[in-house]
Amino acid sequence: MNTVQENTQALKFIPASEFKNRTTEAVSDQHLRQSFRGAMDFLMAKRAAQFPDLAAFEAQRGLAEHIRKYSLSRLPDLLEQLERTLTANGIQVHWAENAEQANALIVGIARKHAAKLMVKGKSMVSEETELNHAMAAAGIEALESDMGEYIVQLNGEKPSHIIMPAIHKTKVQIAKLFAEKVPGANYTESVDELIGIGRAVLREKFMTAEIGLSGVNFAVAETGTLCLVENEGNGRMCTTVPNVHIAITGIEKVVEKLEHVPPLFGLLTRSATGQAITTYFNMISRPRQPGEKDGPQEVHLVLLDNGRTQAYADEQMRATLQCIRCGACMNHCPVYTRIGGHAYGTTYPGPIGEIISPHLMGLAATHALPTASTLCGACDEVCPVKIPIPDLLIRLRGEATHDPRPGHAPLVGQGAAKSTLMNIVWAGWAALYTRPALYRAFGWLATRFRFLTPPVQSGWTVSRTPMKPASRTLHELVARRRSGR
Amino acid sequence: MSARDNILRRLHSAPQGKPVLPPDVNGFYATVRSRAPTEDRAQRIERFCEKMAFWRGEVVRVTRGNWAATLQALCVSKQVNTLLYGTQSPYAAALEASGIKGLKPYDRPVDEWKTGLFRDIDAGFTSTRGGIAETGTLIVWPDAHQPRLMSLVPPIHFALLDADQIHDTLFDAMSAQGWSDPSSPMPSNALLISGPSKTADIQITLAYGAHGPKELVVLLLVNEEEL
Repeated sequence: MNTVQENTQALKFIPASEFKNRTTEAVSDQHLRQSFRGAMDFLMAKRAAQFPDLAAFEAQRGLAEHIRKYSLSRLPDLLEQLERTLTANGIQVHWAENAEQANALIVGIARKHAAKLMVKGKSMVSEETELNHAMAAAGIEALESDMGEYIVQLNGEKPSHIIMPAIHKTKVQIAKLFAEKVPGANYTESVDELIGIGRAVLREKFMTAEIGLSGVNFAVAETGTLCLVENEGNGRMCTTVPNVHIAITGIEKVVEKLEHVPPLFGLLTRSATGQAITTYFNMISRPRQPGEKDGPQEVHLVLLDNGRTQAYADEQMRATLQCIRCGACMNHCPVYTRIGGHAYGTTYPGPIGEIISPHLMGLAATHALPTASTLCGACDEVCPVKIPIPDLLIRLRGEATHDPRPGHAPLVGQGAAKSTLMNIVWAGWAALYTRPALYRAFGWLATRFRFLTPPVQSGWTVSRTPMKPASRTLHELVARRRSGR
Repeated sequence: MSARDNILRRLHSAPQGKPVLPPDVNGFYATVRSRAPTEDRAQRIERFCEKMAFWRGEVVRVTRGNWAATLQALCVSKQVNTLLYGTQSPYAAALEASGIKGLKPYDRPVDEWKTGLFRDIDAGFTSTRGGIAETGTLIVWPDAHQPRLMSLVPPIHFALLDADQIHDTLFDAMSAQGWSDPSSPMPSNALLISGPSKTADIQITLAYGAHGPKELVVLLLVNEEEL
């Protein structure tokens, strides 16, 4: 089953071998680099202003990490409890092992209601399952209603950031896009007017859509409550105006108690956009009740695995699932800032994408991603739930190049980056460093024949001077000094 | 085997590791509170107003005696020709007696007048269950009498907040009001609202009135001497 999943998913995404080419393209795009540099600097400064007291931040994120670890330690029980409370509240719960199953469930619900239009609040999980394609194939329009997602969809692109999907576009590009693609829209570079155009178009759609789709930020097991965080109000529109609301979420988003929400929510918005709180925090616990005059008649929740159980099965990699999707790791990542979100070719870019994508898509398609890091540790420092991202990057780099260690089940795509050349080099290195005579002989040869080092050394000399051994080995230099010569 | 069974089986068969003790959220907030200077009512109100203003919410201090008249004056100055309200809410009688022009009751299911709600309503009036000083936030608890869309669809949202119900933090509010108490379960939809709807999705430039209200006006019920 795993291999089937891997094959079908690898087809959808650009192969990992092209990742390096895309990064080269991205770093040469001046506009793109300016957009990201400016936006990331802005977001980093706004976040920093929210955490003036480092000790207080450490205490807050210690609690948040504890809540996430506790929730994960009880994950199967909490999912069953969530299913019971939601069902008792009148919300229908569905389970999906992969993207295909999730999309089929949602298409099925839409068909049952003869839906022609689905309006969508922001949901990265629905990006992960490529729901819009599945809906289109079923003849149902799926329209993004978050302003950033709407812009990106209008231009036939994918989001380049999980919180700010259209961060790679300038207002001039958006002005041109609207004038060209939105019927009746005049060219304007005023942001207020552009938002006004989006508002007018989408309000018509909220009125006519039969289905509203949303993600979930936190699912509370004890009360059966789905929490959504947003600023625009489109999430509330999607979950209130249409007759059917479908929420989709990864299985890791569940917490036990309502009181576990405030610490996570407070860190989420501060870490993401440097806001103490968002305009709306939307807590949904049941469909429209008898006597109520609005709200959907039906509410569904789709719980998606899609590789998350693979991360869960490993005690170290389980920490990947602590993520609350704030995006702070990408905002602070020197690699993300330079190449932007699209170069990764995955739903989740940046450091979190590098450690979650191998589980969602298999290492065969993603083994290059964990290498797109300098291991500077900025992601680790800002993560509000203390995911040890650099450790996990190193772990995945290893898993991509060797067989599973004893006692560990193979990951999907385990060893996909194995290379005979690299194995020979490492075997040679090991032989050299475990045999003193050989090591000395190599040192002597390398220093005496250093004039033979080639001036062009593959990727190294593209932007650096060639490497050349010194004229004498360190051992020789130290020995000479000791003998007083 | 169903998808559900497969997922749960994989989760149950994963190594359990060291058990994690339940987090002490209450203890955490108690410590934070003990370190911060205690705020009195006036300071709490002040902080709420300051934070709400930061989100570009307008706060108008009113009393039990004059709030309806103040709302009437605000409707005139903001050129509100239709004000949506809940007929059986505890505030309906005062509104009906206030002389506000174009009062429109939300008295039938939205399905019967969706277009009218979206096109013909200038403002909505709702009560609130409380507020949060730390973040300048309203706690809105829609029900059969004050439906969910009243605070979302009309371009202006007037919200009545009793200053007695302002709590320091979200955690304090949910504890004091017993949100997770099984004897009074969560409503279909509970909301926290901090300012008018907004977006920064175009070139990180902040714009108000994204999909929801363009203006949020809080009528803050205070005592005479706090006006």
